[in-house]
Amino acid sequence: MHVLETRNLTLSYGDQIILDQLNLTIPHGKITVLIGSNGCGKSTLLRSMARLLKPQSGSILLDGELMFKLPTKEIAKKLAILPQGPVSPEGLTVLQLVKQGRYPYQKWFQQWSSKDEAIVHHALQSTGMAELSNRLVDSLSGGQRQRAWIAMTLAQDTDTILLDEPTTYLDLTHQIEVLDLLFELNEKEKRTVVMVLHDINLACRYAHHIVAVKDKAVYAQGKPEDIVDRELVKGVFNLECEVVPDPVFGTPMCVPYGKGRLMNGVKKDVIHIHA
Amino acid sequence: MVLHRVKSKLFGLIIGVLLLILFNFLSIILGYTDITIQTAIDAFTNFNGSNEHIIIQDVRLPRALIATAVGASLGVAGALLQALTRNPLASPDILGFNAGASFSIVVALMLFSVSSLQATTWIAFFGATIAGLLVYFLGSIGRDGMTPIKMTLAGAAIAALFGSLTQGLLVLDETALDQVLFWMSGSVQGRKLEILLAVLPYLVIGLIIAISISNKINILTMGEDVARGLGQRTLFVKLITGIAVILLAGGSVAIAGPIGFIGIVVPHVVKSFAGNDYRWIIPYCGIVGGIFLLMADIGARYVLMPEEVPVGIMTALVGTPFFIYIARKGGKLA
Repeated sequence: MHVLETRNLTLSYGDQIILDQLNLTIPHGKITVLIGSNGCGKSTLLRSMARLLKPQSGSILLDGELMFKLPTKEIAKKLAILPQGPVSPEGLTVLQLVKQGRYPYQKWFQQWSSKDEAIVHHALQSTGMAELSNRLVDSLSGGQRQRAWIAMTLAQDTDTILLDEPTTYLDLTHQIEVLDLLFELNEKEKRTVVMVLHDINLACRYAHHIVAVKDKAVYAQGKPEDIVDRELVKGVFNLECEVVPDPVFGTPMCVPYGKGRLMNGVKKDVIHIHA
Repeated sequence: MVLHRVKSKLFGLIIGVLLLILFNFLSIILGYTDITIQTAIDAFTNFNGSNEHIIIQDVRLPRALIATAVGASLGVAGALLQALTRNPLASPDILGFNAGASFSIVVALMLFSVSSLQATTWIAFFGATIAGLLVYFLGSIGRDGMTPIKMTLAGAAIAALFGSLTQGLLVLDETALDQVLFWMSGSVQGRKLEILLAVLPYLVIGLIIAISISNKINILTMGEDVARGLGQRTLFVKLITGIAVILLAGGSVAIAGPIGFIGIVVPHVVKSFAGNDYRWIIPYCGIVGGIFLLMADIGARYVLMPEEVPVGIMTALVGTPFFIYIARKGGKLA
C-alpha cells in the first residue's frame, strides 16, 4: 500500500520546470530517502508532497485521495513536514514548540484537551526531550534542537513524517543521533518517514526505499541493496566510485574515486583507470 | 523577569488595567491648570459649569481617552506587524503606514477639501494600505525574498517619500499649512471626543480581529513552511492581520496624526515580561500602549511649561535610543 503517490507530477518555479511528469510511490510504514545532486529538485519534490508547493500539472495522492481536494488541516492530521533549517521564535521553550504540533486539532471552543497533553508528553518522551522540555529552543545543541522540532511533528500525530534534509548543519554525532531517532520512530511506532538526505551511505543504511532523482525525473527507485551500485552513482551524481558492503551494517557503501593519499599496498593504476 | 503561570499573567493584566485607569485619571488632573482630585470627581458627578469643569469635560477627558485608544491601537499594530514580517524592527511608523496615511489625509484636506470625519478615516486607511503594499513589494524584491533589513530600508524609503511629498504640498499651499500642521505634528491634544467616537468602531474591530487571530499568529511566527505544514492557510491569516494593522494604524493617524515609536517599543517591552504567546502579547500591548502614550502625553505638558511639546516628540525621545538598541541586538526574530 502506498502513502503517497505522484501521477505525472510536474513542478516548476515560474517558467523553469524542476521535475517533469514524475511518477513515484512512497511505501507505507517504511523509511524512504530521496537522493540526488544539488538542485536536482528532491527538496522541491518533498515540499510538493507536503502541499507546500503547488504542482504545475499532474497530481499527488495521499492515502489514495487527491491531495488538492483535501482540506489543509485534514492533511496536517495525516502528514507532518519538517522544513529545512526551521527557526523558532525567540524565547520559545521546547514544550511550547512541541505543543504547537497540536494546532490542526485545535478548535476555537476547545484549545487544549487531555488527549493533546498525552500526545505532547509522548512526543517528548519518544524523542528523549522530556527532561529538556523547559529549556529554550535557542539554547539547545543542533542535534537537540532538531529532536525538539521532530517532537513537534510527532505531536501532530500523523502516520507520515516528511523531513527536508534533517541532518544539514549537524556534525556527524548529531546526524547519527537524529537518524537513529527517526529509525526508531519507524520501527517502534510504524511511522512512515520520507526524507531528503545528502549522504548516500547514511541513506543506504537507514532507508528501506530510495528514490534517486536526476534530470527532472526519477532515475531509479527501490531497495538500496537492489539499486545502489556504480552505475547509479555515476548516473545520478556523475561520480566514479566503487560500491562495497558497509563493514558494520552490510548495506551498500560508496567509495568515490578521485585524488587522495594512497596507503601502502594499494595499486595506483586502479585509481587512475577510473579517475 | 518573565511571567510564566497563567495566574500571574492574568494578575499582571489586571494590574495593567488598573494602571491604565490611574494614568487616565492623572492625565485629567495634571497639567498647566492643576486640578484637585475632588474637582475632577465633581466635574462628572456634580457639573457646575465652571471653567475647571469645562476644561475637564471638553479638554482633559477627550485627551486622556484619545491617548488610551491611540496608544493601544499603535501598540497592537506594532505587535501584529512584527509577527507578520518576522521583523523586530517593524512598526506602523517605520514601515511607512503612518506616513502613507498622513500624506493621503493631507492631500484630501488640501486638494479636495475633504472635511468629513468618516471620509478622512477611510482616506487614512487607503493611504496606509498603499504604503504597506509598496513596502511589502519593495522589501520582497530579490532572490532572498523578504528580509527584515530590506523591509526596514524599504519602510524608511517609503516613509521619507511620503513625508517629502507631504512637505512639498505644504510649501505649495501655505494657507493650508496652519490647518494641517497642527494635525501633522502628531498629538492627542485639542481633538474633540467626536473624532474619537467616529474612528473608535474601526479601532475596536481591529482589536477584536487581533485578539481572535492571536493563536494563529503564534503559528505564523514559526515560519511560513512550518505554519502551512500545520495546516494553516497562511495567506488568509496574513491578509486578515494586514487588515487589522491598517484599521489600527490608519485609524490612529486619522485621530492623532502620525505618532511614532509606540509600535516598536511597546511589543518589545511586553515580550520581556509576558513571554511570546500572542494570546497574551496582544492584550498586554493594548494596555501598555495606552499607558505609554498617556505617560508621554503627561510628560509633554511639563517639558517646556507653559508651552506643550507635541507628544510625537516625546515618544521619539524614548523610542529612538530603543530602536538603536533593538537594531544593535542583531535584529533577532521577535
